[in-house]
Amino acid sequence: MGEITLGQYYPSNSILHRLDPRVKFIGTILYIVSLFLVNSWIGYAMAGCVLAVLIGLSRVPLRFILRSMKPVLFILLFTMIFNLLLTPGDVLVRFWIFRITREGVSLAVRMGIRLAFLVMGSSIMTLTTTPNELTDAMENLFAPLSFFHVPVHEIAMMMSIALRFIPILVEETDKIKKAQMARGADFESGGLVRRVRSMIPLLVPLFVSAFRRANDLAMAMEARCYHGGSGRTQMKPLKYSKRDFIAYAIELAYLAVCIIFKVRGL
Amino acid sequence: MPSIIKAEKLGYYYVKYSDDSENPELINAIRSIDLSVERGEFIAVLGHNGSGKSTLAKHINALLVPSEGTMWIDGVDTGQEEDLWKVRQKAGMVFQNPDNQIIGTVVDEDVGFGPENLGVPTDDIWKRVDDALSKVGMLGFRDRSPGKLSGGQKQRVAIAGVVAMQPECIVLDEPTAMLDPNGRKEVLQVVRDLNKQEGVTVILITHYMEEVVFADHVYVMDGGQIVMEGTPREVFSQVDVLKSYRLTVPQVTELAYELKTAGVPLPEGILTIDELVEALC
Ligand SMILES: Nc1ncnc2c1ncn2[C@@H]1O[C@H](COP(=O)(O)OP(=O)(O)O)[C@@H](O)[C@H]1O
Ligand SMILES: [Mg+2]
Repeated sequence: MGEITLGQYYPSNSILHRLDPRVKFIGTILYIVSLFLVNSWIGYAMAGCVLAVLIGLSRVPLRFILRSMKPVLFILLFTMIFNLLLTPGDVLVRFWIFRITREGVSLAVRMGIRLAFLVMGSSIMTLTTTPNELTDAMENLFAPLSFFHVPVHEIAMMMSIALRFIPILVEETDKIKKAQMARGADFESGGLVRRVRSMIPLLVPLFVSAFRRANDLAMAMEARCYHGGSGRTQMKPLKYSKRDFIAYAIELAYLAVCIIFKVRGL
Repeated sequence: MPSIIKAEKLGYYYVKYSDDSENPELINAIRSIDLSVERGEFIAVLGHNGSGKSTLAKHINALLVPSEGTMWIDGVDTGQEEDLWKVRQKAGMVFQNPDNQIIGTVVDEDVGFGPENLGVPTDDIWKRVDDALSKVGMLGFRDRSPGKLSGGQKQRVAIAGVVAMQPECIVLDEPTAMLDPNGRKEVLQVVRDLNKQEGVTVILITHYMEEVVFADHVYVMDGGQIVMEGTPREVFSQVDVLKSYRLTVPQVTELAYELKTAGVPLPEGILTIDELVEALC
């Protein structure tokens, strides 16, 4: 097994890569909101242009962005077909028990565009932001929640530790699997039940090792004076620069335009 | 100035709950340990598996607090709750498994973890991290992901993580047990340099005797007690006693000992090949 990268970060030095992760996080959310605000072809055209510009700025090859569609392709097609066949209205085509209506076609295309833009838009964020930056951004943005006793720092710490240990555990699973296969274990053949059952000898040692690691790590963290988020400083605190404020301004302007479109019924 | 580490009649019990019996079982992992370490010393602790070395080590870092007796680190009683962070800052700890003690996803972030916890201002953290990484010779790896380093390099990063907290002493609990011979050499060299050049007090726990021939003082543990102590030469000259504690003596020492019992006139406790060559020729 080669190198395992989490998320799908595409290393580069584009302007999007250098933006503060908080700007990208909020921008992504605003973009998703905007997709549900606009409901007209001109609105979709605008969202599409924005997406195209962002892809260009990110310098991530298009195929990486399209690849992010793969896991949701099924849902996308399902939604489209569902809308296509089950929307009442002006009948265009009729076959067997189905009727395809004008409204159905329009709705299916709209849903398809929305979903595709949504997935591609958020993949631009994950492709240009390391998982670590994302955790930092979330910790920072959700910090006010700690006022309501939400353990924001602790959740962020858990996420970043998981990011560090998942590759280790994946590698270990692979090792245990090979060791069991060398002793004649069979993970490939048989029905579903048999295959699931054959995983048990894999999971037991994996859990034992994961718990030992967790225990060791907790001790190592305590030994280095870790005692939660209070009184802690940061080595790499997030800091806004001028370009981040400009990006926020652009995001707000885009949102404003979308709201105007919505109000005008465009 | 008080001794950097001082233990008096130290004892510790683990409480073990077993499935079949109602009453928990008490395991007396260490008992009546007396210890006194001066600043700048290089101390080695030897012992077979289960002899209580790790339990003792965890007392130095206040990860465990004594069930009996007292432990002082730089004059601070580790049993006093409010001084916990002070103790952990003064006495850093490096563990056996390099993978399970690196917290950061990037080398320099991991080294900065301790200073962050201590509330050191951001600019100073960077200075400390640069300094610590160069002391262990890992400055060139600062942007790497720890997963891609060798075992020896990971342990050096772990040591840097402790050095960045500017401790008075460093406890290393079998830091080389999971490393190949090269990694072992790297790590030992770094530890020796820290001791010699920075004057950091070192407690090295190991069961490789070759690693401790240059220590100032050696303690041998067995069954939770300190059973031998002295300079490496004093300890290693008692080959039979060491063997009775299931410790393997360095090959040279063993050879010299066999030669001596066979009648070859040799001084006590030969530690290195050079010494043996010197004595024989
Ligand atoms: N968490 C624990 N719970 C119960 N018993 C333990 C625990 N850790 C260690 N022990 C016991 O304490 C004794 C000393 O262990 P340890 O200090 O780990 O020795 P060493 O590091 O020299 O191998 C052993 O008998 C061991 O079984
Ligand atoms: Mg041990």
